[in-house]
Amino acid sequence: MTGSGQNAPDLFADAMLAVRLLRIDPGLGGIVLRGDGAAQDAVVAALCEGAVVRRVPRNVDLDRLVGGLDLGATLAAGRPIAQRGLLAEANGGMLVMPGAERADDMVVSQLCAAIDSGMVVVERDGVALRDAARFAVVALDDGIEDERIATGLAERLAFRFDLSGIAPHAFRIPDVPPHGEVAVDDEQLHAIAATAAALGVESARGALLTLRAAKAIAALGGWDAVSDLDIATAARLVLGPRATRMPAPESEAPPDSEPPPPPEDNPGDQGDGEVRRLDDMVLEAALASLPRDVLAAIAAGQGRGPISRARGKGAKRKSPTRGRAIGVRAGLPRGGLRLSLIDTLRAAAPWQRLRGRDDSRIRVRRDDLRIRRFETRAEATTIFAVDASGSSAVARLAEAKGAVELLLAEAYVKRAQVALVAFRGEGAEILLPPTRSLARAKRALAELPGGGGTPIAAGLAAAHDLAIAAAAKGRTPFVVVLSDGRANIALDGGTDRAAAAGDAEAAAKAIGESGIAGAFVDISPRPRAEGERLAAAMGARYLALPRADAGTMHAAVRAVAPK
Amino acid sequence: MRTPFPFSAIVGQDEMKLALLIAAVDPRVGGVMVFGDRGTGKSTAVRALAALLPPIPAARAGFQTADAPPPKGKVPVPFVDLPLGATEDRVVGALDLEAALGRGEKRFEPGLLARANGGFLYIDEINLLEDHIVDLLLDVAASGENLVEREGLSVRHAARFVLIGSGNPEEGELRPQLLDRFGLSVEVRTPKGIPERVEILKRCDAFERDPGGFAEHWGVSEKKTLKRIAKGRDLVGAIEVPEPVLTRAALLCGTVGADGLRGELTLMRAARALAALEGHRTVEATHLDRVAPMALRHRLRRNPLDDSGSNARIERALAELAA
Repeated sequence: MTGSGQNAPDLFADAMLAVRLLRIDPGLGGIVLRGDGAAQDAVVAALCEGAVVRRVPRNVDLDRLVGGLDLGATLAAGRPIAQRGLLAEANGGMLVMPGAERADDMVVSQLCAAIDSGMVVVERDGVALRDAARFAVVALDDGIEDERIATGLAERLAFRFDLSGIAPHAFRIPDVPPHGEVAVDDEQLHAIAATAAALGVESARGALLTLRAAKAIAALGGWDAVSDLDIATAARLVLGPRATRMPAPESEAPPDSEPPPPPEDNPGDQGDGEVRRLDDMVLEAALASLPRDVLAAIAAGQGRGPISRARGKGAKRKSPTRGRAIGVRAGLPRGGLRLSLIDTLRAAAPWQRLRGRDDSRIRVRRDDLRIRRFETRAEATTIFAVDASGSSAVARLAEAKGAVELLLAEAYVKRAQVALVAFRGEGAEILLPPTRSLARAKRALAELPGGGGTPIAAGLAAAHDLAIAAAAKGRTPFVVVLSDGRANIALDGGTDRAAAAGDAEAAAKAIGESGIAGAFVDISPRPRAEGERLAAAMGARYLALPRADAGTMHAAVRAVAPK
Repeated sequence: MRTPFPFSAIVGQDEMKLALLIAAVDPRVGGVMVFGDRGTGKSTAVRALAALLPPIPAARAGFQTADAPPPKGKVPVPFVDLPLGATEDRVVGALDLEAALGRGEKRFEPGLLARANGGFLYIDEINLLEDHIVDLLLDVAASGENLVEREGLSVRHAARFVLIGSGNPEEGELRPQLLDRFGLSVEVRTPKGIPERVEILKRCDAFERDPGGFAEHWGVSEKKTLKRIAKGRDLVGAIEVPEPVLTRAALLCGTVGADGLRGELTLMRAARALAALEGHRTVEATHLDRVAPMALRHRLRRNPLDDSGSNARIERALAELAA
């Protein structure tokens, strides 16, 4: 059609364009860079050149991030002394986050709040601070499967690129030209909104950032009005990577558009033909940014992109690491409660002079004592691997779903995480990454279809991966397999039963060897040896529940699950 | 602070706007919880409302104790945005360290609860707030009073505020006990229609280009809304709730299985506030029906196996009553 990028896009050049746009307008929020390598390094270097740069390490604490009481200075001075945090220090520059996909939820939320308001507000430990904090975020995502940057952060950053395997080429960033206000017309706004709708970009932020990017592109060229090509380029950079569905077939109005959208040009509607032409061009440009396999994945209805399968944020809220305190409160360290030395010192520090401190001894009183609060129950992650194959007949699957829902409801009460793997046909799919959201879990279950072969090995392997990832975060994984144990699809997709059973047993053994606890619920109407053998390989409790309904299955699993 | 986006200029989101207006007319309705997708303008709407409200007597705003004579005149409605990571001492108030250290005075430094008195306390992403802070907030919101007993201080001050929370259910659920304490709950979605999406773009663009000019452009609508709120506030105390409407409220709560008396009370108060907002002197059944979803949807008994949403259950009940 209109020739805006029919060739595969040059991702590196696009990323460098994004760098320039962020320099013109930090209001674009920032950039997510996925993949580790020279291309990523080159982009980061270009972003940081000549700018104020602050790095947010994974271990950052809240006091350093947003600011708070400066303990050292306070102890030395005997009066409260505040310190500014990284967010305020990054004002006017760049905030680089390595390993952003594993950033603590509190860190992510603080960043989001600062991006939204352009400032950082602190009300902590007797300190009230209010500082400007306008910066562009450079979120580096290591590109490890199943871990994504939190949705809330990613959607506030205009750009995202997967630069894995891309070689950087020499690129000189020209200076940013002086620029003023850039105009945009209604047709162009319509094209952005229509493209966002057609690609299933629900959040209004996607369209708003596209508009912002288009204006920055025009400003880069020294123009005072946005051209149609600028809109197309902005859509390619911002909307393309956010697409969650393929647009409806050609010449049809995008789904969900207002009634009644005439399928062909309607002369009564303010030059609709012209608008449509631009809409199409912008949509095509956005689609052109997507690699073929990604297009296919979207068309098949599977999520994609760096954030489409973001984990439930609340799920990780309490404590990503075992033994990490979720909060502190005044109190005495007894009954297994642990003293938080730093917080106790922090409470005592401002009073030192008043308490007549005249030597180097720090005077701590009973009121100063602070104890850590742990949320141990939040640390369990229950991973369900549900056999949805034809052999686990439909009725059994329904009962299994019921049991999973009952367990989910309970997990919710205990604030534990749940994850859901389904296996049928060719392989296994993670229907639900670890989450605490009952709403999401129920939806995932409801959408689970049954039928096809029984690829147990693939299902167990997927559950194993999730369990290892959970353990790496300090959580205690528990794998619950619901299956009849009769594998007939091997890991390579072949239908040789012996190979399938061998692969299944190997996968089960791998779980057992990792020391991951579990239960194997045999849901076959007439249990045979296969299930029991797999359970033994897994080192899991074997529960043969041939005619069990949802309630019985729930009770049985509950009895063996860790409390 | 940036110029706030005008309340009237928010595209769509009628239920959220109505709930906020109702809470503004009658704070006794008891807080609003806004659930919604990302980028739906939750925070924008709440902040916009605060900027819009008519001034209140200074004696009813902020930190007030029995010892000091009440201040005269009017002040803007307090609006406190609780920052994430706020610690307990800053929320409830604590000893004023500077005064204690500098002058040896034992003085209470009011916290955010005192600052919010007479106005709004807004918590974005309430599901990220630490449990003990949430519990504390709910206790104070329910009693209207903050009692501080710490660091040798003993202070009691008024803390009457409308609690507004926002959160995304996809990111973890809220505890049912917490939900129940909110008077109203609304669900916001991104507008689906292209014309609405275009309008959002247009208005955000215009606002960003010239916040002052944009606010001025919407000034007339804003004034109208402000007048409606002010009139509603004057009127709400004198509005009658006829017997049949009360009966209908009780029946409705019974039919949907909304636990406890709180549902009924909120339903009635919200209906009365809506009537006041629209200049009626009597509450009618239609007022009740219009606020029923926002007053009840978060109070229905949870049943993990029942897939029909709260809205559907309330609508079913309303239809049964009509029949």
